[in-house]
Amino acid sequence: MLIETITSVRILQLVSWVVFFPLIGLLINLVIGRKLGERLSGGIASLASGLAFVTAFLLLVSLNSNPEAPHVYRLAEWINIGSLVVNWDFRVDTLSVTMMLVVSGVGTLIHVYAIGYMHADVRLNKDPERYTRFFIYMNLFIMMMMILVSAESYLMTFIGWEGVGLCSYLLIGFWFEKGKDGVGNAIAAKKAFITNRVGDFGFLVAMFMIFLQFGSLDFTRVFAAGTPTGELGKWVVIGISLFLLLAVTGKSAQLPLFVWLPDAMAGPTPVSALIHAATMVTAGVYLVARSAPIFAMSAFGPDAVAWVGTITALFAATIAIGQYDIKKVLAYSTISQLGFMVAAVGMGAYVAGMFHLITHAFFKALLFLSAGSVIQGVEYGHHHAQHVDHHVEFDPQDMRNLGGLSRRMKVTFWVYLVGALALAGVAPLAGFFSKDEIVTFALGKHPVMFGMLLLAAFFTAFYMTRQVWMVFFGNARTEAAEGAKENPPVMTVPLIVLAVLSIVGGALNLPHVETLQHWLERTIHGVHPAEFSFVVAGVSLAVAFGGILSGWFFYGRKHWELGQVDPLKKLLGPVFTVFERKWWVDEIYNVFVLQPYKDASAILAEPIDQKLIDGTANGLGKLTGLVSRGLGLLQTGFVRTYALMIFIGVAAILGYLITR
Amino acid sequence: MNTIPMSYFLVLSAIMFSLGAIGVITRRNPLVIFMSLELMFNAANLTFVAFSNAFGNANGQIFVFFVMVVAAAEVAVGLALIVAIFRARGSIDIDLMSSMKN
Repeated sequence: MLIETITSVRILQLVSWVVFFPLIGLLINLVIGRKLGERLSGGIASLASGLAFVTAFLLLVSLNSNPEAPHVYRLAEWINIGSLVVNWDFRVDTLSVTMMLVVSGVGTLIHVYAIGYMHADVRLNKDPERYTRFFIYMNLFIMMMMILVSAESYLMTFIGWEGVGLCSYLLIGFWFEKGKDGVGNAIAAKKAFITNRVGDFGFLVAMFMIFLQFGSLDFTRVFAAGTPTGELGKWVVIGISLFLLLAVTGKSAQLPLFVWLPDAMAGPTPVSALIHAATMVTAGVYLVARSAPIFAMSAFGPDAVAWVGTITALFAATIAIGQYDIKKVLAYSTISQLGFMVAAVGMGAYVAGMFHLITHAFFKALLFLSAGSVIQGVEYGHHHAQHVDHHVEFDPQDMRNLGGLSRRMKVTFWVYLVGALALAGVAPLAGFFSKDEIVTFALGKHPVMFGMLLLAAFFTAFYMTRQVWMVFFGNARTEAAEGAKENPPVMTVPLIVLAVLSIVGGALNLPHVETLQHWLERTIHGVHPAEFSFVVAGVSLAVAFGGILSGWFFYGRKHWELGQVDPLKKLLGPVFTVFERKWWVDEIYNVFVLQPYKDASAILAEPIDQKLIDGTANGLGKLTGLVSRGLGLLQTGFVRTYALMIFIGVAAILGYLITR
Repeated sequence: MNTIPMSYFLVLSAIMFSLGAIGVITRRNPLVIFMSLELMFNAANLTFVAFSNAFGNANGQIFVFFVMVVAAAEVAVGLALIVAIFRARGSIDIDLMSSMKN
């Protein structure tokens, strides 16, 4: 009876609840959250996210026994103007349900973790009142992300797309009065928002062109339209795919719009894990996978996507090698891994891309949360240190200040190791299978792409080894690291769950079993199953171990001493400086984009706006005043003058009428 | 009866009207102004009657009655105002009634 119920197709109508549960959670916290106390407030937020996960799971079960996809459920009518008809339709198919599960599943674990993390964080930043606000934003994010992935039209996807961008902005700037010069975090938030706007522009233009070409924004109708005939239609579709690519580079932090993601680390660490590693930044990958039929029509759109992803994967990996901030390393690693996913979906390997998206969500969320655990453990050590001048700025995120934490934070160390190995692509952890599938595809696509991705994988293994050694091995280099303490179970239990998922996540799409492949094939048609090759797997495994070994060679043999130069810098010299300074991308953008823009704004503001426009407006005002003061002289207040005026007026009018 | 030419009436009326107008403009005492106003009304009335007589049409004479009634009403209101102003200000000099200025 129960099985019959949950496998029935009617269960699919519950889809709107994946949006409503987080909405209810955030409303409760918004209205009475402050009176509830921290545990209850965080608990409600986690429960809201958890219920969304349960709903998504029910959808999965039901969808499994009702394969005739896609199912579309209408919540309400929305826009109906002429031929533009957009409704609040939810789309339930294998792709959207997969994304829902990832978002709400990882999201729930991060919510639970955040109950513990934010408890300490709000006290560290001396504003416990802000605790509830954090969970309101987090639930809003889950809600917006659910709208994004469950939408049936491009416009509704765009609503979610903008919504998650807003949450990202709010949460990066959560401690908006903190950071460098008291505005650092606010500037980082602004940077993320404005950079994303450039991508959103691409999304909007792509939407206009889609409506122009296909006469609808609904996925079902657009995808059913078929390849447009004629020269113009061909170019419109290429335009659509390229503008969608621009949207992807903004949201998924690809070249050339990746610059906002490293700065986004200003947000609290659970935010970095949820929004800037596991879910929001993968929206671009989802968008390409969702628009697969459009990309299939486009001539060189997919190739452009694949190359952007590949170049980003390698480029960001090189930067990650030269970073000292524990979260910055992970941020550039995220950009690099997103590059792998984008490259995969560009190559047409949609399943491989989605597979890597899922496994990456597991292990990168794990790594970020563990990094948060490290940061808080060291903060604790710093506050209880005896011989530290507390007026001197201490950066618990700087890996040069850490070291030797494996003995003091055992759980964090082991889960971090699992995450790092999964990211490095060591078999049989999750990252190995997904990355191997992408690399295999790349070999069939283009040998240069294959080489670049392998090199990026090598760097990945290298910088993760470097990080693990600098943080967890050797001697504690500061008193803060000496006194670091493991965090409470509310934080470590989600870490352990994520670690288990990072270990077994590869089972989702094992070679020759291909569960995910068959699952997603029902939505994305015409994806070729991955050809598992022992040669490629061997090569990529060898690359991973090579990276780990060379990482150990540089960082493992000798303990890092406080104030020493990076061993790699001695060898590579200026090349390492290039990595360390992030290829000067920020500086280049500053000179070629920001500064001209600021100069143009200054010209528009000072001479044009202040002088010309304001001058015209104020001048008109002054002229009116002058004229009225002149006319005011006529009003003497003497009745007899008025009478005279009337007589003169009447005489004038009569005179005119008579002599006319 | 019909020996007096039309132009005589009109010239007399114009003189009366001008005198009234000059009175209204130059005098400071509202009572005199009212009297001047009456002079102007009557100048107009005179033309009405003259034309009425000349064209053998009674409409002009009827109009005169209307003008007289309205003028009487206007004087009643005006005098009431003058009394009120005198009570408030202690003076009815028309040049002092300039509080609307600025």
